[in-house]
Amino acid sequence: MLWNLPYIVVVLLAVIGLAIIFLKRNLIKIFLGVSILTSAVNLFIIALGYREGGIAPIYTYAASEKMVMATPQALTLTSIVIGVATSALMLSFAVIIYKMYGTVNVDEIRELKE
Amino acid sequence: MRKELSILIIIIFGLFLGLIALDLTFGDPDNTAMDDYFIQNGQEQAATNNIVTTIVFDYRGFDTLGESTVLFTAVIGVALMYRKLVKGDADENE
Amino acid sequence: MRMSKIVRFAADVLFGAIVIFGLYVIMHGHLTPGGGFQGGAIVATGAALVIVAHSYEEVIGMIKKAVLMAQESAGLVMFAGVALIAIGLGTTFFFNFLANSGSLFGMTVPFGPNPGELNTGGVLPLMNIAVGIEVWGGLAIVILYMLSGIGKKEEA
Repeated sequence: MLWNLPYIVVVLLAVIGLAIIFLKRNLIKIFLGVSILTSAVNLFIIALGYREGGIAPIYTYAASEKMVMATPQALTLTSIVIGVATSALMLSFAVIIYKMYGTVNVDEIRELKE
Repeated sequence: MRKELSILIIIIFGLFLGLIALDLTFGDPDNTAMDDYFIQNGQEQAATNNIVTTIVFDYRGFDTLGESTVLFTAVIGVALMYRKLVKGDADENE
Repeated sequence: MRMSKIVRFAADVLFGAIVIFGLYVIMHGHLTPGGGFQGGAIVATGAALVIVAHSYEEVIGMIKKAVLMAQESAGLVMFAGVALIAIGLGTTFFFNFLANSGSLFGMTVPFGPNPGELNTGGVLPLMNIAVGIEVWGGLAIVILYMLSGIGKKEEA
């Protein structure tokens, strides 16, 4: 069982993120759930590219020639930056919604409907 | 009712992902031809020690261009959203 | 929201060190772990430290939002411009025309593990610098705008 522990952690993180998105009514908690889901996807991509005993794909003072796959790491870098941009935009939405409606509860926002 | 349905969906999704996760093997990827090519030839083609940087900016530069555009657009969106809230800011940005 | 004098002085001193470290990470992006995005995020963290230590009004007197916005735009334009120069030289978009050319950032590297030489990498250091400038400006302006919203709410 232990050899795919990273994938089990990924599944746990994804389920936690999805549960937060489905069950919580607070907008900021929903956005935190989206961030946790993003982290699960990033960890999944990184774990797919791991080779047994490999080092980071950087040749400066490299200890060995056996390296992990580099493309998943590069794409995860892209994904992290896009996650930061999305988080900034979502939290700004939360601030604006709080200023307009006075609440961040999605049910109350739906009832207000100005 | 809605809450029970949500929990059911989450459990089904978790089981679905868990079954897939149990099949995967960690530490031994199958198709590594592309990454082996990058690791073997990145140093002479881009003259760079850091293979990740080589992929981000050279082999897959289009991805990074799109990523920079996404970041730029998000910052523009944040600035536009806050602009009405901050008083005395309208004349500064014009 | 203004912190005490000790906190403000410590933030001012640390800001220099954080900026130097961020620029180091940006410049060595093609040799060590790091690069434009990470280094830009580090420098933006230093900016966040200064913004939190001083009050919002004090910071907005020191630096204008339009300057940060122009900095972010300049980074993106520089990044796309370096990629477009390759088309002007008759090659494809994003071609690494400076690698192994012997000019700026043009030294060759031997295959295999080596100590690393700063003057290598072709256009990759230029792109790292461009992306670093962009991320620096972008994250700093996001922090500045969010703090402006918070300050406004406490007044009202």
